[in-house]
Amino acid sequence: MSEPQILLAAHEVAKHFGGVKALHDVSLTIRRGEIYGLIGPNGAGKTTFFNCLTGLYKNEGGHFVFDGVKLAADAPHKAAEVGIARTFQNIRLFGNMSAIENVMVGRHLRTHAGVLGAIIRNRATMAEEAAITRRAEELLHYVGIHERAHDLAKNLSYGDQRRLEIARALATEPKLLALDEPAAGMNGTETEALRILVEGICRDGVTVLLIEHDVKLVMGLCGRVAVLDYGEKICEDVPAVVQKDPRVVEAYLGGSVA
Amino acid sequence: MNDQLRRTVPWQRHWLAVVLITVVLLAVPFVAALGGQAWVRIANFAILYIFLALGLNIVVGYAGLLDLGYVAFYAVGAYVYALLASPHFGLHLPFWVILPLGAGVACLFGMLLGAPTLKLRGDYLAIVTLGFGEIVRIFLNNLNAPINVTNGAQGITLIDPIRIGDFSFADTTTIFGLQISGPQKYYYLLVALAIMVIIVNVRLQNSRVGRAWQAIREDEVAAKACGINTRNIKLLAFAMGASFGGIAGGVFSAMQGFVSPESFSLMESITILAMVVLGGMGHIPGVILGAILLTALPEVLRYGIEPLQDALFGRMIIDPESLRMLIFGLSMVLVMRFRPAGLWPSPQRRRELAESTR
Repeated sequence: MSEPQILLAAHEVAKHFGGVKALHDVSLTIRRGEIYGLIGPNGAGKTTFFNCLTGLYKNEGGHFVFDGVKLAADAPHKAAEVGIARTFQNIRLFGNMSAIENVMVGRHLRTHAGVLGAIIRNRATMAEEAAITRRAEELLHYVGIHERAHDLAKNLSYGDQRRLEIARALATEPKLLALDEPAAGMNGTETEALRILVEGICRDGVTVLLIEHDVKLVMGLCGRVAVLDYGEKICEDVPAVVQKDPRVVEAYLGGSVA
Repeated sequence: MNDQLRRTVPWQRHWLAVVLITVVLLAVPFVAALGGQAWVRIANFAILYIFLALGLNIVVGYAGLLDLGYVAFYAVGAYVYALLASPHFGLHLPFWVILPLGAGVACLFGMLLGAPTLKLRGDYLAIVTLGFGEIVRIFLNNLNAPINVTNGAQGITLIDPIRIGDFSFADTTTIFGLQISGPQKYYYLLVALAIMVIIVNVRLQNSRVGRAWQAIREDEVAAKACGINTRNIKLLAFAMGASFGGIAGGVFSAMQGFVSPESFSLMESITILAMVVLGGMGHIPGVILGAILLTALPEVLRYGIEPLQDALFGRMIIDPESLRMLIFGLSMVLVMRFRPAGLWPSPQRRRELAESTR
């Protein structure tokens, strides 16, 4: 067992595509209740790290320990089951389902009704269905898009789609919420609203792992930050220190500027 | 807006529609009988196809898995019934044993098809399922040696009709001075079965499992990330769809009294799929409409073309059989061209198409 305040520990996680080393022995630890930032230039391996963590990719080396238990890194639905929920860089909603249905899908994992229950509609199934609907409505309220509950997900505005994806992820009752560039393509106002939302989520007891390009957002929001460059972790510390680290400056600005 | 309105209309206000539909459903076999028992049989097939199309709708419409071999399950159900209720093996089990058994065996075949195809999608899945359908048909055709199981291409004859005690669905009975023929009895049985499959479809659509199917259809990766075990849920879709195919096959066997591999060709699979797509994928009333149209249209053309040509030209110019398929094919092309979401798509699909063409 690891220390109780550590929620996620990555141990020398490695992943390569053919000859390209996308992740080279990346180790990091995320503590309970913090907002942890993962930054780096394009192609640094941030999303690959996410995909390994959530079981979409199978990492070749290393492993993850989540909540004191080693993750079986082969099935995304198992990652969701132990409490890791994620959003996607290029939003992946169920476009032809309504917003509320999208969130209801998120409840799948924590509910049990089967085919038989659905057909005979016994009391337990109906009660569960009502609870699913209620929870989905609450979550839409929580992220602030309840007015769009019955609109198709694909017809929502870009910012609302990001929010819906977060609501859907929260519906799985995660311990760790992994957000993959949630502010991409957002304007200043939207980013500010997102910052408030993420802070709220953290305050409500969900640890947040955040991949982001918007350095200002990351520095203002995150307690600690790790920097990836060419698949390697080059730095991990509080934002103020990371910002001044010469390797980080070099990775972002390129060449030997210093 | 419209949607909201529709949602708030209570069921009680639809009582008139319910009464009307009931009266029509009850009257159909007697009206059809005026044109001869052949029309009653056509009505029966229309309802059998509604049943099949709604079974396939679970796989294609809800879960989005393109299945071109659906007729295989229909065949399995038909042969299970035929083998267990005919002189072929000398077995005459009652229908209430065989129909569920047929559904069970078809369900097993559904999982057998589902398991190796779980990672395939779209075109690839279509090709594998197409092959599966053909394999089943070819097996049925050739399983008469070394041990004669299916009697090969000759098929199995003298299959028992559905019988409850002394009440056989094959004979004509007189109830209160009303003569009810065999096909007419099957009609009512089929309507009961069709209502059952409609209820199952409706209830599954807005359920935990139904939403999981739709999620997989929309985005499989996101569905996985939401914690859906896509393997099990897809297998469930195949199994459910196949079970309905199996039941339909059993009733088909009993109704016809004869099955042969010829009835389960690829064309049959495609017709059932066309009913789902043409009517409006995933939308129950649309699928029902598609099934009725695609069953009735060829028959109407069969009986209508000859007199029409006679009246127009005084003689036969084009062979009615080829003209029939030509019109049938052409009408399908036209529907898909001008109503790509199907004749009666779900309100959601319609909205979304309207938006994309705007």
